[in-house]
Amino acid sequence: MTTARPRRPAFTRRRRRLYLLGAAAVVLGLAAMLILNAFEDNLVFFYSPTDLATRTDVPRDRLIRIGGLVEKGSVARQGAEVRFTVTDTANRLAVVYRGILPDLFREGQGVVAQGRLTAPGTFEAREVLAKHDETYMPREVADAIKRSGQWKESEGKAGAGTGATP
Amino acid sequence: MIAEAGHFALVLALCLAAAQATVPLFGAARNDAALMDMGRTAAVTQFVFIAAAFFSLMHAYIVSDFSVVNVAQNSHSAKPMLYKVAGVWSNHEGSMVLWVLILALFGAAIAAFGRNLPPALRARVLAVQGMIGFAFLLFVVATSNPFLRLDPAPVDGNGLNPILQDPGLAFHPPFLYLGYVGFSVAFAFAVAALIEGRVDAAWARWVRPWTLAAWCALTLGIALGSWWAYYELGWGGFWFWDPVENASFMPWLAGTALLHSAIVVEKRDALKSWTILLAILTFVLAMMGTFLVRSGVLTSVHTFASDPTRGLFILALLLVAAGGSLGLYALRAPSMRMGGLFAPISREGGLVLNNLLLGTATATVLLGTLYPLVIEAVGAGKVSVGAPYYNLTFVPIMAPLIAVMAMGPLLAWKRGDLAGVLARLAAAAVVTVLVTGTTFAFTGGPVLAVLGVGLAAWLALGTVTELAERIRLFRAPPAETLRRLGGLPRAAIGMTVAHGAMAVIVLGITASSAWQSERILAMTPGQAVEIAGYRVTLDRVERIPGPNYLAERATLTVTRNGAPVTVLRPEKRAFTTPRQTTTEAAIHTTFMADLYAVLGDPTAPAPGGAAGWTVRLYHNPLVPWIWIGAVIMVAGGLVSLTDRRHRVGAPSRKARGSADAAVPGAA
Repeated sequence: MTTARPRRPAFTRRRRRLYLLGAAAVVLGLAAMLILNAFEDNLVFFYSPTDLATRTDVPRDRLIRIGGLVEKGSVARQGAEVRFTVTDTANRLAVVYRGILPDLFREGQGVVAQGRLTAPGTFEAREVLAKHDETYMPREVADAIKRSGQWKESEGKAGAGTGATP
Repeated sequence: MIAEAGHFALVLALCLAAAQATVPLFGAARNDAALMDMGRTAAVTQFVFIAAAFFSLMHAYIVSDFSVVNVAQNSHSAKPMLYKVAGVWSNHEGSMVLWVLILALFGAAIAAFGRNLPPALRARVLAVQGMIGFAFLLFVVATSNPFLRLDPAPVDGNGLNPILQDPGLAFHPPFLYLGYVGFSVAFAFAVAALIEGRVDAAWARWVRPWTLAAWCALTLGIALGSWWAYYELGWGGFWFWDPVENASFMPWLAGTALLHSAIVVEKRDALKSWTILLAILTFVLAMMGTFLVRSGVLTSVHTFASDPTRGLFILALLLVAAGGSLGLYALRAPSMRMGGLFAPISREGGLVLNNLLLGTATATVLLGTLYPLVIEAVGAGKVSVGAPYYNLTFVPIMAPLIAVMAMGPLLAWKRGDLAGVLARLAAAAVVTVLVTGTTFAFTGGPVLAVLGVGLAAWLALGTVTELAERIRLFRAPPAETLRRLGGLPRAAIGMTVAHGAMAVIVLGITASSAWQSERILAMTPGQAVEIAGYRVTLDRVERIPGPNYLAERATLTVTRNGAPVTVLRPEKRAFTTPRQTTTEAAIHTTFMADLYAVLGDPTAPAPGGAAGWTVRLYHNPLVPWIWIGAVIMVAGGLVSLTDRRHRVGAPSRKARGSADAAVPGAA
């Protein structure tokens, strides 16, 4: 290829393709960098109460998700603060949340919360995730209960409304 | 009886789709006019049959025929009429019937309005539409029959999920589907072009209006969905980067890219094979959206209980459609000649950059949406990807896009003059700096939000500059300016309006994300709280019966500097069928900001205090601009759609470019 002059008469196909590929490579490279960087810090892992009780590699001071069933009779409100216990029927976890719980939050039903572990066995929720459908069981919760060996087939369909808490 | 007739009509439509998928294709290959024409008849008849099926299902809803399982599960006799009608598409089976109805509507529209299309191309387009229709009708008939009977019929239905009983959501699915399915036309045109092995400016001119119409509908559908989430869910936010939201957003991004690359094909005969690929990918993403929502493979705040076998069917369908079309593309695209040449700094170059950035943005959203699935599949645990990921990837990709969006329309085709464009934008740049500085002085940061405001200002000013240059504002006598304004092609006006709307949206998103104020507290009657200069007092909470629910309604008096502003009445509604509560946020809007109140649960009395309620208050600056911007953007798209180039149709393949002169006074 000849050296580029400021006023080239025509713009060749090969050259155009080169520019296009160059631009694409730069943009995609930058995007890949952004994505890898974002993934490193912003993936939110899910843990069941049993994971939290048995595993030692659970990060502190990092956003995680927890899930399970809201233990019956465990919901206590004081001011704008709500405390409740989440269980996968094998282990339990105390959750503190400041705010308005979603409409489908109910004792004995499945729940997923996002937040941080503040002390062993205490979870400070920043978000409690709502489900639009009362018969819907979050998959993570169903799996967590299955792993703890307490799963009853009927729960998959009817939610966890009946007899899930020991 | 009517339900059985509907079922029968659906099966007939399936048979017609099978014929439409094959016969015109043979006809086009053999150049047999009668066989090719069969596609048009089949498309129109198929639409009539699916419409019959759809309306018989609607009839069952309107008369509350609970002997139909679908009606019994999703409707209730005490429901307001609007939600009985909307109930048709509030569930999986009904919404799939709506999906195929809209698909058939587009097929019939091509048959009816595609008179100026070459017969072979039209036959192939209709055949591809027939294939898609066949696959989805088979899906409905085989796995999601909405006409199943229930014996004995229950006395009353289960009712519609109350959270869906809302006007915003009643119209959200039809518009979303109009968008999703509308992209099937671009897809069908792309596949037909691959079969023919020919893409030219005329092809692009036929594809653009269909893409534009689909894009308008999808924009409106997404905006309605986000508006609904904003006022109905009571979280004070408008977008949660939830997998289901992303599923509708990805086709929008790809469709926006397609809209722009098709311009290059039309005007300059370049980027042809890329445009074909985009048309395919856009519809594949739309189908993937349907799959993600319907299969429930992703945990989403919007997920409804769903059936995995159906997901498998759509997944198989998706693989066949994507694999088939991309395979055909791999086979045929290399033979497509590259068209007009252009320098990197040119209008084409700007549109390439637009496509590159929109494509990358789509990829980041796709990756964030599917990554949890991948991680789970390889057994590395369960993860979720939330807003922080998108803020770090999507936003930095969109920022340069918006920055160059102000400059692109000023560049000349073929070889642009960047220095010249920047010189013409000098005034815009000065004002942008002033606006950014003023914003910083008044708000004191955060810096990124101030830059966001600057970006919006730059885009708005750049767009206005481009328009001013076109009509020679202040440079020519006012009469001349007016004459030029009147003579602008509708497509150019549409572009200006849509780009300006983007500036409005960026401003709304930036301001409402950065300067939102929030208060959560337990309030007792008589207590007051300050938020963003307003003083909000809880007067009382009372029980009020509604048509099919019982509400707890709070009365909050809002004052500013002692003067009354408004009374907010947020509610918590307890429905009996199905048993569920919903939150009704109360919103006071000044169009510059929203004051947003949500009523929570009653709280236990504090030691020595009275019982109260949890109350959540938000002050969201400029948040209405997001939806106002979206509506303006759709208006821009519609104006562009009325451009006479689209309406008089494309000229013959030889005489492109001279059509405008040939049809005087068509506006």
